[in-house]
Amino acid sequence: MSMTMSQKILAAHANLDEVRPGQLIMADLDLVLGNDITAPVAIREFAKFGMDKVFDKTKVVLVPDHFTPNKDIKAAEQCKCMREFAYDHEIENYFEIGQMGIEHALLPEQGLVGAGDLIIGADSHTCTYGALGAFSTGVGSTDMAAAMATGKAWFKVPSAMRFNLTGKLGRWVSGKDLILHIIGMVGVDGALYKSMEFTGPGVATLTIDDRFTICNMAIEAGAKNGIFPVDAVAKEYLAAHCKRVPVVYAADADAVYEEHFEIDLGSIRPTVSFPHLPDNTRTIDEVGEVKIDQVVIGSCTNGRISDLRVAASILKGRKVARHVRTIILPATQTIYLQAMEEGLLRIFVESGAVVSTPTCGPCLGGHMGILAKDERAVATTNRNFVGRMGHVQSEVYLASPAVAAASALTGYISNPEKLEEK
Amino acid sequence: MFEYSGKAICLGDDINTDYIISSRRKKDTINPDELVQYIMEDIRPGLASEINKNSLIVAGENFGCGSAMEVAVQVLKSAGIQIILAKSFARSYYRNSVNNGILPIEMDTSEIREGDIVQVSMDDNRILVTDIRTNMVTSCPAFNGKIKEILSIGGIVPYIRQKESKCQNSEDE
Repeated sequence: MSMTMSQKILAAHANLDEVRPGQLIMADLDLVLGNDITAPVAIREFAKFGMDKVFDKTKVVLVPDHFTPNKDIKAAEQCKCMREFAYDHEIENYFEIGQMGIEHALLPEQGLVGAGDLIIGADSHTCTYGALGAFSTGVGSTDMAAAMATGKAWFKVPSAMRFNLTGKLGRWVSGKDLILHIIGMVGVDGALYKSMEFTGPGVATLTIDDRFTICNMAIEAGAKNGIFPVDAVAKEYLAAHCKRVPVVYAADADAVYEEHFEIDLGSIRPTVSFPHLPDNTRTIDEVGEVKIDQVVIGSCTNGRISDLRVAASILKGRKVARHVRTIILPATQTIYLQAMEEGLLRIFVESGAVVSTPTCGPCLGGHMGILAKDERAVATTNRNFVGRMGHVQSEVYLASPAVAAASALTGYISNPEKLEEK
Repeated sequence: MFEYSGKAICLGDDINTDYIISSRRKKDTINPDELVQYIMEDIRPGLASEINKNSLIVAGENFGCGSAMEVAVQVLKSAGIQIILAKSFARSYYRNSVNNGILPIEMDTSEIREGDIVQVSMDDNRILVTDIRTNMVTSCPAFNGKIKEILSIGGIVPYIRQKESKCQNSEDE
């Protein structure tokens, strides 16, 4: 037997002793996720099955997080469709506005993700949960409908790329910089169909929030999933959130990887993705003079408490540049409360930023911070495609919370290392 | 055994879902039958009137990258497309193709030219793709297991309906 960690999870859920890359399997799911954009389509497909029940009402999760609080009538209708389905089918994990958070921050926090789980979501950033040693991946709405009906999904077993991490990230360098660096290195289709498995002694130095960010953006390299080993850091998070006992899978010593990369975390610089693809990366030292109009700190990639703490440590006692709109979105209500108790919200407001209720809003050009023609934003989000945050002639630069906060202060894309210590 | 013959519509690498059907059209409707008239309007104006059930999409690397929204698959299905040949597919597009009953065949497409008549035949072991102009035959592995079952019945919705009715039948017995 020689399987990667991802392959082992798939094999176990397909009741097979072994799987090989390229093999097609039908596997049992631990969780099926949808949001206010994708679930209504899945619900219409589900209706075609003529079934009166979902496969397991505790294993379907519905989160209205994209165009919420309802941005317009169409969004309101979408949410209504999902809400009615949730009540009709007694879906336990439906999160109304007030409990809702950005799905990929919310599910782990609510303890819905366990190590060793197999999870699909009708949202491409479902790959986030690999941080906790789960196999999770994004699918379409028909997949979600089929999964709600049967509790199963088909998979083509992925081959894998291995990223062996050593050393430790620098003071202002985060998981975001590492994953942007990796995407820049392999390209937006560099990991197509594959797993990205992170290993090595450097893993222990990464916080769980760093790992969520890294796995979240695996899809931006085309990957099927990203995954970390279940070590002490992951177990500590799981113990605090998930009631289930972690099921720990580890890659075999002789597991086959199609590609192998050695990365010294100490060599990673703050990194920025220039328009209009995430792989168009430059280190902060190569950025040059880029004037900006807006900063967005939040999203399923970087809206967690450690992201807000870093931003606050930079914004504290300072003012954002007069021409910059700074929008900060804690990803869940728990994170919002935590930020309030730690005094971060006061720091943000006093610096001239606005703080929003949890929503995906600006990341996909939905609402809460749309760009006009020729405007530029630095965002801690995950995609900078043409027109992603608004007008087709606007630009998004992807960066870490530290770079975003530093840029808010100067009005230009800026290096947090160069701000005076305060 | 499955046999199909169609006329090639050749596209390049990295054809994203917005090129297949523009997001600005999706704001008004996501009904694929209504969106058919706008297929690839930004990269191949006029294609919508040419494409039909005798057409076959031939693409390069990473076909269908971008959004996982299924309408980019369903709109091709509405236009009559049954088969897409590409050097590689974005993974969500591959899944959505299978689930909607379109055959995504991975192969080296670099020798196929616009308008070529391409024959596709499939048995339990392999898929053979023949370009009539060059007489070049490419052999690809057959779909197997559940994917084969899903494709043969036209997608995952009919697949599950069939399975459900079988379950109910057996319960009745």
